[in-house]
Amino acid sequence: MNAHILLQQLVNGVVLGSVYGLIAVGYTMVYGIIGMINFAHGEVYMIAAYLTAIFLAALTLLGIQSPPVVILMVLILTMAVTALYGWSIERIAYKPLRHSTRLAPLISAIGMSLILQNFVRIAQGARNQGIPTLLDGGVRLMENGPEQFVQITHAQILIVVTAIVSMGALWYLIQGTAMGRACRAVQQDRTMAALLGVDTDRIISVVFVLGASMAAVAGTLVTFNYGSFDFFIGFVTGIKAFTAAVLGGIGSLPGAMLGGLVLGLSESIFSGFVNTDYKDVFAFSLLVLVLIFRPSGLLGHPEVEKV
Amino acid sequence: MNQREPILKVRGVDVAHGHTPVLHDVTLEVGLGEIVTLIGANGAGKSTLLMSLFGLPRVARGQVVFAGQEITALPTHRIARLGLALVPEGRRIFPAMTVRENLVMGGESVNEMVLERIHGLFPVLHDRAGQRAGTLSGGEQQMLAIGRALMGRPRLLLLDEPSLGLAPLMIRRIFQALREIVVEGTTLFLVEQNANQALRLADRGYVLVNGCIRMEGSGAELLDNPEIRRAYLGGH
Repeated sequence: MNAHILLQQLVNGVVLGSVYGLIAVGYTMVYGIIGMINFAHGEVYMIAAYLTAIFLAALTLLGIQSPPVVILMVLILTMAVTALYGWSIERIAYKPLRHSTRLAPLISAIGMSLILQNFVRIAQGARNQGIPTLLDGGVRLMENGPEQFVQITHAQILIVVTAIVSMGALWYLIQGTAMGRACRAVQQDRTMAALLGVDTDRIISVVFVLGASMAAVAGTLVTFNYGSFDFFIGFVTGIKAFTAAVLGGIGSLPGAMLGGLVLGLSESIFSGFVNTDYKDVFAFSLLVLVLIFRPSGLLGHPEVEKV
Repeated sequence: MNQREPILKVRGVDVAHGHTPVLHDVTLEVGLGEIVTLIGANGAGKSTLLMSLFGLPRVARGQVVFAGQEITALPTHRIARLGLALVPEGRRIFPAMTVRENLVMGGESVNEMVLERIHGLFPVLHDRAGQRAGTLSGGEQQMLAIGRALMGRPRLLLLDEPSLGLAPLMIRRIFQALREIVVEGTTLFLVEQNANQALRLADRGYVLVNGCIRMEGSGAELLDNPEIRRAYLGGH
C-alpha cells in the first residue's frame, strides 16, 4: 500500500464524489416529490457542459477575460439556462402524465433522454468537443521526489469548494425557507399540502429547477476541469449519480450527498489499487449489492405504504 | 329553519370515485357561525363529500358555493386559500416536520396571535413545538391537525371524524376545544360516526345514507328521532 497513491486517490475520490453528489440531489429530490426516476437528468448535466462551452465562447468574444469573472459568469448563465431545461422537461414530458400509471412518466423520461441526446448530437455534432484550460496548476503536498507527491489542482479545489457552497445553499433553501417547507410538505403528503393552499404543480416545477441547477454546477465544473465532452457523457455519469442517490437512500437529500461521496471515494480507491478498466463494473456492482442488502440506502427510511 | 347567511352551499352534487358513484344529489347548507354536523355509517360517503368540496375528486354534477363564490371548478389550493380549512380523516400531519413547522404550513404567513391562541387551546403543541410531529400520540396529532387548520384563520372549518381511534378522555378534550373554537366565532362543519357527541354539539345535522341525504333537522330533533337512535346511537 503506497501512501501517496492512497492520498491521491482520496483527493480524486472527493472531487468525483462532489460531482456525483451534485447530480444525485436532482434524482433524489424528484423521486421524493413525485416518486419517479427522472432518467433524463443525466442529459441535463450533458447540456450544461455544452452551455458552458457556448457561454465561454460568447464571453471571450465580448472580450471578458479575467478567469474568476469568466468562471462565475459562465456558472450563473449555465445554471439559469439549464434550469429552464429542467423546468421544460417536467412541463412537456411529465406533467401531462401526472395522473397516469407509475410506468408512463418513466418511459417518457427515457424518451426525453434519447431526444435530448440526439438533439445535441445533430445540433452540435457527434465529435468530442473541448474548451481551452482556464484554470491550470495546483498544489503539491508531501513532495518526496519527482514521482512522489500528492497533487491537488486548482480546478479540483474549485469543484469541491463550489460543490460545498451550492449544497449548503440548497440545504438552506429546503430547510430554512417557506418555499423549502412547502417542498417538504409536498414530498410527505401532496394532497394535504394542496388542501393547505400549496400550489403543488408550482412546487414540483421548483424541484425540477433546483435539481437542474445543481446538475448545471456539476456540468460546468467538470467541463472546466476536463475540458472535453460529447453528447453521450450524460449517460454513464447520470447512472452513476443515480447509483449514488440509491446508495445514500433515494428521497433523502443528505443521503444523495453522502452517497455521492461514498461512491466517488470507493470508485477512486478501486481505480487506484485494483483496476481502472473495471471501475464502472465496480460502481454498478455496488448498486446491485445495495439494492439486495440495504434497499433503503445509507440514510433512507424503509418504504412505508401510505394509507 | 336556517335564517343565517349561508357560508357554504352544496347544490345537487353527484360525486363518483372513478366509475363508482358515491354521492347522489346532495344538497346542504352551512350558515355563518353555525355548527352543522353530517352523520352517517362507514362508507356512506361522508369523507368523499368533504374532499369533493376541494375538487378531490371533482363533482360530476351540481354546484359548490363558498362565501358567495362558486368553487366547483377551482384548483384545490385556490379553494383552500379562500378560507376553507379541512381537518382530514386520519389527520395527515407531516410526520417528518416539527410540530411548529406543521402549524406554520397551515397559514400563508405566521400570525403570532393566531399561533398563541392555538397554543392556548392545545398547550401540548407549544410544549412540543420542536419535536417531530410523527412522534406525537394519536390524540396530540389530532390536536395538531386542528391547530394547523386554524392557522389560516378559516371562515369555515371542516372536520372529518376528529374522534376516530381516540380514547374517551381524549375525545372529550377534543370536543371541549371545538366548543371553544365555536365561541371564538369559527363556523364548523363536523362529519362524525360518533353521532352522540356530534349532535350534542351541533345546531343542525344531516344524515347521509348510501350517498344520499336522508334526514335533516336540529341537533336535538335528530337526537330524539327513534330511527336515528336505533341506527347511529346504539339505542333501542
